[in-house]
Amino acid sequence: MDILLQQIINGLVLGSIYALIALGYTMVYGVLGIINFAHGEVLMIGAMVSLSLLRLILSLTSDLPGWLTLLIVLPVTMAVCAGLSYLIERIAYRPLRNAPRLAPLISAIGMSILLQTIAMMIWSRNPMTYPQLLPSSPIDVFGSGATITGKEIVIIVVALVVMCGLLFLVEKTKLGRAMRATAEQTQIAALMGVNPNRVISITFMLGGALAGLAGVMIASNYGNVHFYMGFIPGLKAFTAAVLGGIGNLQGAMLGGLLLGLIESLGAGYIGELTGGVFGSTTKISLLFSCLSWF
Amino acid sequence: MSDSKGIFIKSALAVSAATVLMLAGCGKGGDKASSIPSDAVEVKIGHVAPLTGPIAHLGKDNENGARLALEEINKAGLTIDGKKVVLTLVPEDDAEDPKTATQVAQKLVDAKVAGVVGHLNSGTSIPASKIYSDAGITQISPSSTNPDYTKQGFKTTYRLVATDAQQGPALADYVSKNLKAKTVAIIDDSTQYGKGLADEFEKTIKAAGVKVVTREASNNKATDFKAILTKVKGTKPDVIMYGGMDATGGPLTKQAAELGIKAKVVGGDGMCTEKLAELAGDAVVNVVCSEAGMALSKMAQGADFQKRYKERFNSDVQIYAPFTYDAVYVLVDSMKRANSTDPSKILLVMPDTKMTGLIGNIAFDNKGDMKEGVITLYDFKDKKKTVLEVIKM
Repeated sequence: MDILLQQIINGLVLGSIYALIALGYTMVYGVLGIINFAHGEVLMIGAMVSLSLLRLILSLTSDLPGWLTLLIVLPVTMAVCAGLSYLIERIAYRPLRNAPRLAPLISAIGMSILLQTIAMMIWSRNPMTYPQLLPSSPIDVFGSGATITGKEIVIIVVALVVMCGLLFLVEKTKLGRAMRATAEQTQIAALMGVNPNRVISITFMLGGALAGLAGVMIASNYGNVHFYMGFIPGLKAFTAAVLGGIGNLQGAMLGGLLLGLIESLGAGYIGELTGGVFGSTTKISLLFSCLSWF
Repeated sequence: MSDSKGIFIKSALAVSAATVLMLAGCGKGGDKASSIPSDAVEVKIGHVAPLTGPIAHLGKDNENGARLALEEINKAGLTIDGKKVVLTLVPEDDAEDPKTATQVAQKLVDAKVAGVVGHLNSGTSIPASKIYSDAGITQISPSSTNPDYTKQGFKTTYRLVATDAQQGPALADYVSKNLKAKTVAIIDDSTQYGKGLADEFEKTIKAAGVKVVTREASNNKATDFKAILTKVKGTKPDVIMYGGMDATGGPLTKQAAELGIKAKVVGGDGMCTEKLAELAGDAVVNVVCSEAGMALSKMAQGADFQKRYKERFNSDVQIYAPFTYDAVYVLVDSMKRANSTDPSKILLVMPDTKMTGLIGNIAFDNKGDMKEGVITLYDFKDKKKTVLEVIKM
């Protein structure tokens, strides 16, 4: 039982991170109908920027408690990522707004390679240690033998709060209405007095900020940062977004959580359920077959 | 009198200016064509390792080792067949990807290199070796340990490290005898190297009567191992063996500790780097790992090499830089014996290599493997790699 519970906890932690990233994919797809493959790289830049900030703060003073340091670093990082996302949209996508669909996809991949290379030049190609600011010693869950760490609890809670906030923004505010209108019909939204360029920029910035947050979460959860770290989470989150029906916010959140759970439980149980026919390597292929089935 | 003095001063000035220019050229990487004097022949040496991707730091370490050797040889001056030779390095990036590896191999063949130092991973050395073999160019891998690399019947494949057929059993012996494990869980990264090493380990450990409770596979770009580790935790092994690189082995070790797993984590040369201490954090005390060669601290000239390396590149030796360094010297040694820089002539004399390098005695068996393979076992004390045992094969 403790193993099952542990896998569910693992899945929830992983899933809430995927969900945050998936939201960025889904929002951009919603308003523009393109897949922003540079999204994972924004996450990586977020982790890198926050590492530099943390080093700066830690070199000035070491008396601040860990959570307070993170609280200072987080808004700055999210702002930087929002800015970066804005730039990506201006440079890589806006000039191609009316081009065939393949063009923005290619410029997205180009952007992703460019960002990785820039990060490699600034922060070196070495993997770097991320300071442990949140408690990482295992806590026993209800005496069952399954464990969760303080930082994992923070990740799940923060992700849930942010997702609820985003839903509120999109469903209940004027800006959200403008976003939904742009997503539905850009030209008609423009006729109704919505400035589509502004809405698209804001959407990109929101997505970027979420990616920055996810970057900090991944970095503090795994304790390592690396110029390559955005690729796999980006790919998985994209899968999550598709799983939830791309363009759909609630879908992306559920897709993220579901993907995290499938990944954990798959690694734990596929081997046993299939009598060893499928091992832990096949969990991803299983997932993709699920996807094509949907 | 005054005239000849004037000429002397002028020529002295010209020579010193030329020297300054040459040095400046070297400082900028040393592979600029402009640094080659007109009376010398340029001979290219290829180097391949991943310079991008998760283990780019190890790739750069390898490249630096080769570069250091090359610069020293050029500085000392090299004459082959009466002609002054200047070596230049052609560094390529295979991104740890088998497909890219074959592409850059072709690129090096087209660039007419005299020999190749590389690749870093077994998973890239093996597919690339066919291309070097077809072109008749010597390939010396400084770090590929998969036995299959030299078993393909190619005359061009050489390596400077022991193989996993030696490394796997050495690790397995340590686990069964010194750690006295009764059960072991095995995880690999699904690469030719990681899976190969894990297979060799599994064979020996089973023969020693230790039970393999589970065999899991991840991949070489994974960051989250909690799901697999949770499953491993359920099987309560005494030891976890991981076949893979430090970029994945570090996080794996750390996450195992976070899940409250107390088992030792045992791994091969891919994760046996100084960087591992940083990547695994405090959990690195659980690690025992092996290197498929002599420990840097046990090499006769090791400390001196480390000092020169640090002065030149301002970073510490990760793991296989001494081996790429020696690989360049092995190629040059063959050029001298063949009295030629022609790849086919170099290849002819390669089997007779007999020299003492930084890493010890270098001589090859008929497959191109080291005659005297060495395995060094390490653990980590105060976050520093510490030699446990040196095993001569």
